[in-house]
Amino acid sequence: MIVALPAAGAAPSRELRVFAASSLAGAFGDIAQRYEKAHSGFVVRLNLAGSQQLAAQIEQGAPADLFASADLRWMSYLAERSLVDSTSPTFARNRLVVIVPRTNPARISRLQDLARSGVKLVMGAATVPVGRYGREMLSCVSRQPGFAADFATKALRNIVSEEENVKSVVSKVQLGEADAGVVYRSDVTGAVARYVRTFEIPDSANVLAEYPIAVLRAAAERDAARDFIELVLSAEGQAILEQRGLMRAAGRAP
Amino acid sequence: MTPGPRPTAPSALFPALVVTGITLLALFLALPILALVLRVPPGVLAAHLSEPVVQEALRLSLLTSVAATAVVVALGLPAAYLLATRAFPGKRVLEVMVDLPMVLPPTVAGIALLLAFGRMGLAGRALAVFGISIPFTTTAVVMAQVFMSAPFFIAAARAGFAGVDSRLLEAAATLRASEAHRFRRVMLPLALPSLIAGAAMAWARALGEFGATITFAGNLPGVTQTMPLAVYISLQSDLDAAVALSILLLAWSFALLLALRSAPAFWMGGGADARRSDPAQAR
Repeated sequence: MIVALPAAGAAPSRELRVFAASSLAGAFGDIAQRYEKAHSGFVVRLNLAGSQQLAAQIEQGAPADLFASADLRWMSYLAERSLVDSTSPTFARNRLVVIVPRTNPARISRLQDLARSGVKLVMGAATVPVGRYGREMLSCVSRQPGFAADFATKALRNIVSEEENVKSVVSKVQLGEADAGVVYRSDVTGAVARYVRTFEIPDSANVLAEYPIAVLRAAAERDAARDFIELVLSAEGQAILEQRGLMRAAGRAP
Repeated sequence: MTPGPRPTAPSALFPALVVTGITLLALFLALPILALVLRVPPGVLAAHLSEPVVQEALRLSLLTSVAATAVVVALGLPAAYLLATRAFPGKRVLEVMVDLPMVLPPTVAGIALLLAFGRMGLAGRALAVFGISIPFTTTAVVMAQVFMSAPFFIAAARAGFAGVDSRLLEAAATLRASEAHRFRRVMLPLALPSLIAGAAMAWARALGEFGATITFAGNLPGVTQTMPLAVYISLQSDLDAAVALSILLLAWSFALLLALRSAPAFWMGGGADARRSDPAQAR
């Protein structure tokens, strides 16, 4: 729980409480700054965690105005329970990449190497969006030319840890403990890129994660929340998301 | 405010305050646990507990926490004895080192373990030469548990050793008993209740270890996924399953702590009382 302490000497400010998937940390940090600049008197409080964790918090009555999820599933979970508005536009997409430590201890030179025995692969748990997408991606890749049919089975057998969020996957690769990890493109930020090498996954086999955003039914600041969504969907917001490694939502041209 | 003669506290006030305090604390501690137990009906509970993932996590938790407790006792006993009986240069530093894991956030402890014993870590790099890699293994789980639970045992054992009546040791010394002999025949038996209580605390802490484990050892069913990790992962998808697992973990820890707290009185016929009252009389 976040306890808001009254800021000494500052004018009383209103709060916009945004619950956002942890892969949005960078982008929403920037967007929140823009928002505060444009709407004086408002402070944006970001609560960043796994989408499923945020959904559970909202279900248990955590006070929030906005929910931005890393997949459609947890948004519809809350919509089914009438906890969010029915309109939840997709504002961004993300794609998966494979990262390996810069030292590349397992000498991975192409995607096929993930199935080689002895490779230490770290992925998200199957219950976490990045883990579910990752498993879908592996089985899609298995059907691509140039890949063995048992590629996915063998790669899954190489998993040494199923992490509960994508940032843990990143840090295990970054520290050089895992030979490879499946993460979102947006997770390979400047600070991470120094430590890892990135392998792109062909679009035909990649899974595009969709990010929906919605106002909560119990929101205290409905208008402000709608303004925030507008900013996220605006050219400015979309440019920030792209800068942070996410992809524009479909149909939102630059 | 009307100034007046300061009323002397009525004799009922103190007990009332004590009772109120205890009631509030008991409610605060008991309510969340009660809420957990009431959340899942017994039938659902039984169904979840028979799942293979749960059985695996249980087996792994039992195995690793027992191993960790054994290591903690073996390595902690000399440190506790030394801290209780000697003054030496650097004692303060050793004390702080021993206590530090208690205040370190477990996730940070996990990162620290990775940086030390990971494949690229300070000591891990040397181990890698011999083909030994610790992260993502059951050994890593035990190491994380040892790191986090050792302070609990050492603190209790140290207090136990320090509480042994010095007159008994002096008497033994006049009989020319060697230090090893005094340790084995006087210190160890008299401090035993504290050692057992400390081991129980360490065991319970090892059972509940989460943050350092998931960071250092990762999460893989059957290899590193202990009960707390299974709880956390199932929390992502199935709240009731997570609650069922938590209840099991709670019941286990409760039984463990209760048994080991009441055990010394049974085994030693009041040995604990004798040790506790003696130093008090000497003062």
